Amino acid sequence: MSLAHYLVLAAILFSIGATTALLRRNAIIVFLGIELMLNATNLAFVTFSRIHGNLDGQVMAFFTMVVAAAEVVVGLAIIVTIFRTRRSASVDDVNLLKS
Amino acid sequence: MSAMMLATGLATSLTESGHTQTGEAVLFWFLAPVMVLGGLGLLFARKTVHAAMSVVLVMISLAILYIAQDAPFLGVVQVIVYTGAVMMLFLFVLMLVGVDASDSFVETITGQRWIGFLLGGGLAVVLVGVVLNAAGLKPTGLAEANAGGNPARIGELVFGHYLFAMEVVGTLLVTAAVGAIVMTHRQRLTPLVGQRERAAARVARIAQGEILTPLPAPGVYASSNALDVAALGPDGLPLQASVPRVLRIRGQERSIDEVHAATDATAQIGAARTAPALTEETQS
Repeated sequence: MSLAHYLVLAAILFSIGATTALLRRNAIIVFLGIELMLNATNLAFVTFSRIHGNLDGQVMAFFTMVVAAAEVVVGLAIIVTIFRTRRSASVDDVNLLKS
Repeated sequence: MSAMMLATGLATSLTESGHTQTGEAVLFWFLAPVMVLGGLGLLFARKTVHAAMSVVLVMISLAILYIAQDAPFLGVVQVIVYTGAVMMLFLFVLMLVGVDASDSFVETITGQRWIGFLLGGGLAVVLVGVVLNAAGLKPTGLAEANAGGNPARIGELVFGHYLFAMEVVGTLLVTAAVGAIVMTHRQRLTPLVGQRERAAARVARIAQGEILTPLPAPGVYASSNALDVAALGPDGLPLQASVPRVLRIRGQERSIDEVHAATDATAQIGAARTAPALTEETQS
């Protein structure tokens, strides 16, 4: 087994996350898909760090985690606010700008 | 390509052969299908909680893979930050917005499902193709970079070379926290009703006949068992509120006069019985 397998796994997880973000309506599940994409890139970062033999990749993954945590806080706050006004967590119901 | 790598024979170290050791390979081939299944669970689960739990599964497996890949610090951070904090935050919000809110699978854009699957599958094919094409990889391994401990080395990098980024990220975290507080802040539309306001409202209802004090207890008379008899107020008049409401509605309430009549009758019978005994006592 070579290290490329890790990268393939990361690519597959990233694609699943992207498909989730494209297909699902529930805002929380869309958000979970984005989290899955971030995690997949982290796996790729860690693997590249091992391939290149320096720790910069792991530091990048660390920063990704921090930024993802901040993003989750703000994103979930947005979802809660939308739920309060629209009584729904579906992304289809956020259509006030449409008409 | 993989056959060529296999042909290089029994590998002892990553740097010589570009292959991982058997234990890591077993771990990977066990965890990789689990992770892909977890991802598919996220994609297809109808209940949001199931989707969240499959993502938790993926994240814990990722942490194990990090530790297997000589990144113990990231593995621990993955468990603490992602599985412990972020996913629990997700679950909190799930409970907040209602677990029952099931996803609708009605397409608002015609063919969106197939376009989505096509794009996702295409992305997977492109990414995997790129990775496999670029995979003339000569892995260096982290043995040298991790000398002295992985967390210590990462700490040196984070607080040395990446110090400015670290400070910026700290600012970002504070901003995110303030943003979340501001965004979930709810404007109070009605005035706050506290203890003082409740007390004032009750006192104001005295004009409509509201009684502030506890209701008076019913009067206790030896002959009547008493719960059905009204107590007497300081003015000598019966307090109707002292009798339980149920008895009043059923009409089982008794007035003082009825009780007096009953007690008087009993008293006469008692007097007739005790009078001869008393005279006997005085005679002896």
